[in-house]
Amino acid sequence: MQKIAVIDYGMGNLRSVSKALEHVAENAEVVVSADASVIESADRVVCPGQGAARDCMAALQQTGLAQTVLDIAGTRPFLGICMGYQVLLTHSEENGGVDCLNIVPGEVTRFAEPLFDAGSRLKVPHMGWSEVRHVRDHALWSGIEDASRFYFAHSYYCVPQDDAAVAGSCHYGHDIAVAVTAPHLFACQFHPEKSAGDGLQLLKNFANWDGR
Amino acid sequence: MGLAKRIIPCLDVDAGRVVKGVKFLDIRDAGDPVNVARGYNEAGADEITFLDITASSDNRDTIVHVVEEVASEVFIPLTVGGGIRAVEDVRRLLNAGADKVGINTAAVNRPDLVREATDKVGAQCIVVALDAKSVSAPGEPPRWEIFTHGGRTPTGLDAVEWAVRMAEYGAGELLLTSMDRDGTKVGFDLALTKAITDAVEIPVIASGGVGNLDHLCDGVLKGGADAVLAASIFHFGEYTIAEAKAHMAAQGIEVRM
Repeated sequence: MQKIAVIDYGMGNLRSVSKALEHVAENAEVVVSADASVIESADRVVCPGQGAARDCMAALQQTGLAQTVLDIAGTRPFLGICMGYQVLLTHSEENGGVDCLNIVPGEVTRFAEPLFDAGSRLKVPHMGWSEVRHVRDHALWSGIEDASRFYFAHSYYCVPQDDAAVAGSCHYGHDIAVAVTAPHLFACQFHPEKSAGDGLQLLKNFANWDGR
Repeated sequence: MGLAKRIIPCLDVDAGRVVKGVKFLDIRDAGDPVNVARGYNEAGADEITFLDITASSDNRDTIVHVVEEVASEVFIPLTVGGGIRAVEDVRRLLNAGADKVGINTAAVNRPDLVREATDKVGAQCIVVALDAKSVSAPGEPPRWEIFTHGGRTPTGLDAVEWAVRMAEYGAGELLLTSMDRDGTKVGFDLALTKAITDAVEIPVIASGGVGNLDHLCDGVLKGGADAVLAASIFHFGEYTIAEAKAHMAAQGIEVRM
């Protein structure tokens, strides 16, 4: 039986993520853990996250789990969700500037306010269901139609340096990179655990992903 | 295509049970929050709001267990409001699986709670609920005041100014209920809705007064709302979520089908 570890660094809604994984991966043991050895022993790792960048990075540093994430990056399938995506980048401008893990080179930046699209003002946070375009084929898009809607709730967005890393995009004022990938890594700004059937399909795909 | 306008059924929960009944969903126990939430998820609801109306403090913890159970089986956003007094209450509900927590009276009593909560858990998790009532005399420019305790207690706060202040304090979203319209089925107070949506940059959920599907469209097209919340028209099977979405789409409103 494979083991999927959900990293618990004290920042929010782990229950939904772990329950959604249990829901789709019947052959897996899903563990929520703050223990580096448990996480390192898992076949797959999920890093969720909620809240402000400063608090999330501080929590990752204080628990030593920042190093764990760096150590396991690239060694087994890893899924970052929402803040768990943003902390992978180099730096976030939230809270006056926060250094992040630099696993995916790039910046996390705030939506402009006011934010306009075709003359109409858009709300910030970007909250609700937006279409996600498949920028490239990926195992995690399997069974999910291009431009399916996923649930978002964020005021900051990721700008990865390498366009080739972008797996999915969403138009909110402008195109934003809402999913990135690298060997053994997939990270998304939206919440698959809150995105009904398509979100569950993505988690199921992750549970079966060989990392390539 | 951009962001879909959301349709949010709202369920009153008393001591762990859904009250007011849900008649249309083909479920065995319409008082069980998990059954009801699952039914609405399958019906295509974009989000579900639970309003905890439990009066007894003995039963306050039951809402946490309700959220745990629902979040274990229903994978769409859940908002929970009612009885929130401290940041700790917010955290417990988020940890139980809620995505957003609604704060109402506690924000009026101590506005800094909103700042503290958004600082801790992020703006996207904090919904400030505004219960507003028209207080202008006929012929005067329209003015609305914030009320608490189900519309019984005036606060002296101007609704538009309060909305702007709560947005400044970091609220991620506003749930705006017209106490004049709540339960009347004559439609949203559109002047109120428009006054608030014009005044803030954050998303606004319109609530109070929905009696038919045109009202939902008006809330978006005339009121400028980002989401529409309704209870009775869905609970009693007058309309399905799918009918509501089809009707809105036919009026040119972007919805998640």
